[in-house]
Amino acid sequence: MQFAVPIAGLITFGVHLLFSKNAPPLETHSYMLLFWEIVGVSIVLAVAQTFWPALRRWMRHMWPIFTAAILLIGVWDLITFGFHLLPLPYFPGPAAVLRSLISDRALLLDSTGHSLVLLLSGYTLGVVVGLISGVCIGWSSSVRYWGMPLLKVIGPIPATAWIPLAMVISPSAIVSSAGLIALTVWFPATMLTASGISNTRASYLDVARTLGAGRAYLIFHVAIPGALPSIFVGLFMGLGASFLTLVVAESVGVKSGLGWYVSWAQGWAEYGKVFAALIIMAGFFSTIMTLLFKLRDRVLVWQKGMIKW
Amino acid sequence: MVTRNVAPASALRVHEVRKSFPVPDAPGASRLALDGISLTIAAGELVSLIGPSGCGKSTLLRLTAGLDSPDAGELLVGEEKILGPSAERGLVFQDPNLFPWLTVRRNIEAGLVARGVLEAQRHEVSEFMRLVGLEAFANSYPHHLSGGMAQRVSLARALINHPKVLLLDEPLGALDAFTRMRMQDEVLRLWENRRTTMLLVTHDIDEAIYMSDHILIMTQAPGRVDREIDVDLVRPRDRSSESFLRFRSEILEYLHFAGKAA
Repeated sequence: MQFAVPIAGLITFGVHLLFSKNAPPLETHSYMLLFWEIVGVSIVLAVAQTFWPALRRWMRHMWPIFTAAILLIGVWDLITFGFHLLPLPYFPGPAAVLRSLISDRALLLDSTGHSLVLLLSGYTLGVVVGLISGVCIGWSSSVRYWGMPLLKVIGPIPATAWIPLAMVISPSAIVSSAGLIALTVWFPATMLTASGISNTRASYLDVARTLGAGRAYLIFHVAIPGALPSIFVGLFMGLGASFLTLVVAESVGVKSGLGWYVSWAQGWAEYGKVFAALIIMAGFFSTIMTLLFKLRDRVLVWQKGMIKW
Repeated sequence: MVTRNVAPASALRVHEVRKSFPVPDAPGASRLALDGISLTIAAGELVSLIGPSGCGKSTLLRLTAGLDSPDAGELLVGEEKILGPSAERGLVFQDPNLFPWLTVRRNIEAGLVARGVLEAQRHEVSEFMRLVGLEAFANSYPHHLSGGMAQRVSLARALINHPKVLLLDEPLGALDAFTRMRMQDEVLRLWENRRTTMLLVTHDIDEAIYMSDHILIMTQAPGRVDREIDVDLVRPRDRSSESFLRFRSEILEYLHFAGKAA
């Protein structure tokens, strides 16, 4: 069992070796190196786990996934590089993608940095405004009267549909894209915050009042903490939607970032780079998602054991 | 000791209070819940309010807490008219209503935080946790507590404000029989310790006899106090003593008769 990963690594490596006789060594060198490393490291881990119980538990959990991922790369290699079942240049093999990843690493890193700054600034702005408007709409019935129709009319428009207007309104594509991402997040954040606040249990408010609570306490110590589970749903929805807006805004207006990189590489028909950027995006977005999950687990630790966690 | 902080208890007077509620499905129509109810509870007394469901017991308690306002009549704590909710009138519901996002300690602190006196009175938090025997659970979240423990936290949370009057709305109604009996002693201990004026709404006739100085029996809606019974037994009371059972049958007979008449 503990040798599943090195064995999978050797199989995938063997598949590649089988077909790489006629390929120039430059194209396959780093891929082969990667697999030697995978095989080497996994053998070391497989041996180390006999002395290290924590590592063994982690391996028991992760090993099947790793094995499947490595075999999947082998299958991909077989389909593209091996039998040329998919048309080139649209579907390069894993070795070519790895080569693009390495050779273009500086630009990819730079693009990731730009995407990160744009995403975080837009997301933060949208969350802050969304929380404020959500609390106001959820708490005050007069704000709800005027705010809700606006929210219902403006909110469902996909933020990307505003791109033509946004590019005209703001002189800087970066600023308008951040604004679009903020708009993307603002809608679900407001909606779910407002619904969480207006669903505050009346008895909690009653109890707080008899304990001497004023309005500030009722809002900040009762309504908002009670609404947090719902607020986090809004934050997750907003985050998912903001990835989409980010990539579209970057490929349309902004001249930097991963979205721009993908459409730029496509323009040069360098599909290895397109795949490389997609891999980076997958890692980038899922890392951010994971961070938000971690934040939720910390903030909503009081729900542990109360709901299916 | 907690006793040194005891605030002077106050009398509670309800004078000719009327309260009606709109009927949900019939616009314009209203249902009379309390029809000119009057009662007086002397400072430091523990009085129970019993009666059939829907007789307006909980409505009266909400009015006393200041969560609703009467259509006519007035409610007074000491000489002061009740105009809205205040920390000097604590309220404990059947559901402990602990804030699930706060630990036991922070729940008990809630009143101090709400009134902005946490820094000055922080030392009392531990005293109240000890008073209800929950020091070991200071950092637990409410859903880890049993029903009885949660209700003890709820009592401590209300008592830390040193209310002049403590209103209890079937506080032990959701507990199993054994826990309920233990909690009755617990509430009595807190009351004897602090001599806060307490108004206890309950369905449980034994509980009313076991605990209170007086029992007020309310009639079916619209509610009024129909009968007052003075329970002149020494505490601790014996639930199976002859005099206890006599009170019991007297009340049962009365409620049964009232039920038949209605």
